[in-house]
Amino acid sequence: MDAKVKLDLMKTAAMIRKGIITAVATAGSGHPGGSLSAADILTYLYFREMNIDPKNPKNPDRDRFVLSKGHCTPGLYSTLAHRGFFPVEDLKGFRQVSSYLEGHPNMNYVPGVDMSTGSLGQGISAAVGMALAGKLDNKSYRVYAMLGDGELEEGQVWEAAMAAAHYKLDNLTAFVDYNRLQIDGNITEVMNPEPIADKFLAFGWDVISIDAHDFDEIEKAVEKAKANKGKPTAIIAHSIKGKGVSFMENQASWHGSAPKKEQADQALAELDAYIESLNG
Amino acid sequence: MSEKIATRVAYGTALAEIGHNENIVVLDADLSKSTRTDLFKKKYPERHINMGIAEANMMAVAAGLATCGKTVFASTFAMFAAGRAFDQVRNSIGYPHLNVKIGATHAGITVGEDGASHQAIEDIALMRSIPGMTVISPADAVSTKALVKKAAEMYGPVYLRLGRLDVHVIYPEDAEFEIGKGVCLKEGTDVTLIATGFMVEKALAAAEALKESGISARVIDIHTIKPLDEEIIIKAAKETGAIVTCEEHNVLGGLGSAVAEVVVKNFPVPMEMVGVEDSFGKSGKPADLVEKYSLTAEKVIEKAKLVLERKKA
Ligand SMILES: Cc1ncc(C[n+]2csc(CCOP(=O)(O)OP(=O)(O)O)c2C)c(N)n1
Ligand SMILES: [Mg+2]
Repeated sequence: MDAKVKLDLMKTAAMIRKGIITAVATAGSGHPGGSLSAADILTYLYFREMNIDPKNPKNPDRDRFVLSKGHCTPGLYSTLAHRGFFPVEDLKGFRQVSSYLEGHPNMNYVPGVDMSTGSLGQGISAAVGMALAGKLDNKSYRVYAMLGDGELEEGQVWEAAMAAAHYKLDNLTAFVDYNRLQIDGNITEVMNPEPIADKFLAFGWDVISIDAHDFDEIEKAVEKAKANKGKPTAIIAHSIKGKGVSFMENQASWHGSAPKKEQADQALAELDAYIESLNG
Repeated sequence: MSEKIATRVAYGTALAEIGHNENIVVLDADLSKSTRTDLFKKKYPERHINMGIAEANMMAVAAGLATCGKTVFASTFAMFAAGRAFDQVRNSIGYPHLNVKIGATHAGITVGEDGASHQAIEDIALMRSIPGMTVISPADAVSTKALVKKAAEMYGPVYLRLGRLDVHVIYPEDAEFEIGKGVCLKEGTDVTLIATGFMVEKALAAAEALKESGISARVIDIHTIKPLDEEIIIKAAKETGAIVTCEEHNVLGGLGSAVAEVVVKNFPVPMEMVGVEDSFGKSGKPADLVEKYSLTAEKVIEKAKLVLERKKA
């Protein structure tokens, strides 16, 4: 990837992370951990890859994205806001009764949201439906989904995986945000979904493992998935829950709790310093 | 006003208190800190089994454990217990009438900020339509603790509807409860307010306010929606001639419907219902949502006055 392009993506991702902190801190609730771990992939998809238009969010030919791990709205909304789907300022209304920015994605209220999710395991099935429709209609749009690694414990994920391979949905790419944490602790201790790559392979998918925070690797994997014929692709994205905010990294406790004012200030200061260093 | 405790906390506390019974097994689905089964886990880690984010599997595993003689408490949010795993609850727990208690927390719109995807307002309707299912919806921490213990003592499937929000304790510590028997909390002669869950508190406040307008309102806590205490309802219909039901649930299929079924068959009187008016919830602070969806004492008062107009007509 071109160095300038990469630098811009890194800066954008840091801005998106700031939006995540702002949204969750003003709401006093929400899910920072998994939003921060997903931020680089969201940035890549919305700023580099997907064929989308903030002025025409319902264009039938657009690429689609389904946030199957629906609790990570801070990540999705901050990305959509920075991409121009709605004002960044609106992130401050997140989860409030007067706002349209629902705690979990709502496709009828929020411009740019392609599917309402929140009940884990269902979004990936909806993504299969979108990919099937693309095949039926002979359209060239692509469908992206993002799953949590804990979410893989839902049996429905594997029903969807079976269907996607059965119908040769090579227009579907699913990211697994492999941060190794769910609410009650480490995924291997709560209910081990390993070996994840082998499972997707056995279900008939192509599998690529990457560093979720490296734009070169994200790009290579997405390009490879696009070139794949006859099979859906799973990108196992090795990530750090809470990535970018020192005290949130690798902590299950930051799955679904909001930072207090001083913590939010520290997080924003860390991200500002990081952006400074990139500008440097 | 009295102390405030969430009914989910009372649920976890009760489980920890009855956990010395080695027959009890508690299942959870990656939400033990929220459902508060962590309180049981601390004391009896070997009988607390995390099933991961897999609620449908959890319910049928609970059924299997029950066939081997275990008393199983299976816990997750109401949305995923009654909603996602409905078929498993119906076919693997309800149909074979197994000894599984479903601890369904975070019911209703007072879930708050998580929004509509996590706010079950259909669960009473779903669960009470399963033959043989006992449906319990307690109003406070004291009744929750007592009813969890009663549920453990009885044989058969039980759905326990519990809340996330801290709610006032309305019963004295030594109050006694019987599954299937409503509690008359306040006598009255003009109208009866029949409530369940945290709306009992609102009904009591409404009755106080109505007294000031010269209206005598009876207040009944229906902590067991199924089997329903028909006697207390028919008596209220006969003696007060007007009923308002109050629930944190869709007005379709819940307490209001259950009461109406009894009233229409036995002693028809005018009825009004306070509840969520057939719409999904949304994100917001619980207090803001309570206002937005009119789950307030003011709404109960308004409906009481309306039903009294209809009674006179
Ligand atoms: C069906 C369902 N069950 C339970 C939940 C509650 N819940 C929300 S997030 C979560 C943990 C998710 O962990 P993971 O998929 O690893 O997400 P991430 O680490 O990326 O945040 C749970 C259990 C839910 N939203 N949906
Ligand atoms: Mg995870």
